[in-house]
Amino acid sequence: MSIKRHLKSIAIALPLMGLIAGPADAHRRWLLPSATVMSGEKEVVTFDAASSNELFVFDHRAMPLNDLVVLGPDGKAIDAKILGSGATRSSFDVEMAKQGTYRIALVNGGLMAFYKLGQERKRWRGTAEELDSAFPEGATDINISLVSGRTETFATLGAPNETALAPTNQGLEMVPVSHPNDLVVGEAAQFKFLIDGKPAADMEIEWVRGGTRYRDTVEDMNLKTDAAGIFEVTVDEPGLYYLEASVSDDEVSIPKVNSRRSSYSAVLEFLPL
Amino acid sequence: MKYSLPLMPNSYGSLVYRALAVSGVACLATPSVHAQQMTVSFDIPRMKVAEYHRPYVAIWIEDEKGKAVTTLRVLYDVDLKADDGRKWLADMRGWWRKAGRNAKMPADGISGPTQAPGTHRVSFAANKRPLGRLAAGSYKLQVEAAREVGGRELVTVPFNWPGKGAKTYSGKGKSELGAISLTIKP
Repeated sequence: MSIKRHLKSIAIALPLMGLIAGPADAHRRWLLPSATVMSGEKEVVTFDAASSNELFVFDHRAMPLNDLVVLGPDGKAIDAKILGSGATRSSFDVEMAKQGTYRIALVNGGLMAFYKLGQERKRWRGTAEELDSAFPEGATDINISLVSGRTETFATLGAPNETALAPTNQGLEMVPVSHPNDLVVGEAAQFKFLIDGKPAADMEIEWVRGGTRYRDTVEDMNLKTDAAGIFEVTVDEPGLYYLEASVSDDEVSIPKVNSRRSSYSAVLEFLPL
Repeated sequence: MKYSLPLMPNSYGSLVYRALAVSGVACLATPSVHAQQMTVSFDIPRMKVAEYHRPYVAIWIEDEKGKAVTTLRVLYDVDLKADDGRKWLADMRGWWRKAGRNAKMPADGISGPTQAPGTHRVSFAANKRPLGRLAAGSYKLQVEAAREVGGRELVTVPFNWPGKGAKTYSGKGKSELGAISLTIKP
């Protein structure tokens, strides 16, 4: 079991708990790259982090960057240059000094609870350590879950590699079958989903092309992973695409916590041929 | 030697000169074998635009399955002082994906500076870099141009190698490239 690992990640994420967007926030969460396929000796790529309704429009809130994890082509974490947060988006630069693929992620986790105080429904967010003092006297219908989320995108300088894309085997993750920076229209792309390192089978995936503001229908596709956790998609329009998936289960061994919800979202760019 | 012309002041001319010189050497080294020769002619159209930059151009060969066999020529801002001209190589996104991202630039005998509008010609000899040894079969000559603050175009010219006798294949671009021709001569 990976409970210990979960607890550890919660402990790390804890100081930031007030900032994370929980599952009750139905907005789409994304990291938008200025480019995904680049050439040259070195390059700077810039990102916006936001949660929104429209894709990719800053129409709701900035995503906090406390949980930002950038892995370089050698798999080692590198520092991003945080530019700041406005009302509707945060921005940061990543200096690419090495050739290869960078994995840019907002990784968060914590506990979330719903309960009733008399007739009033209340919500609580916190850590496993805080759980003992979380609820006032008289609280009823307490339902506590572990929530974890990963919001990602990818960028490559020079030839793509896969070192940074190795799974952490914690929570819900996407690993490449097709490389995420080698995507073009008309060619089938395949990705694999893992939950704690094991295939996330029969999981629904929301798949939406950017530019929703300029069309009447969302045109979302509901894709599904197979028994091996793999899904396939072929797009015929180049552009930035958003994908989102989540899994609820009871793979959690913190006392009093009865469920877990793991979510994942990513932005992928498909280039024209 | 027939091709020992003085180096032309135009750097593009020197590219042609170098390629021809190489083929001349090839003939001397293996007098019993006729080295097949390939000449690519491509037209960079004149544009009426507010801001014009000479296009980056990549010329390469793909096999029938679309796999890059060899890169013949890459024209880019080799000598850009203030910036790294390689920054925009990825704009030739067809070449970049098939070959460029795994190639080292600049590359001797392959890379050269961008060229002005007009018709340009480059020649390559069989069994010599960068053309190398091509197995007999069907191939595609790919010519791709990408222009800063402009468009991008890829022109494909299918051909057979080595074929019989002299043969010319041609293609035509619509925007960033004009007429393309490929002449193969024994």
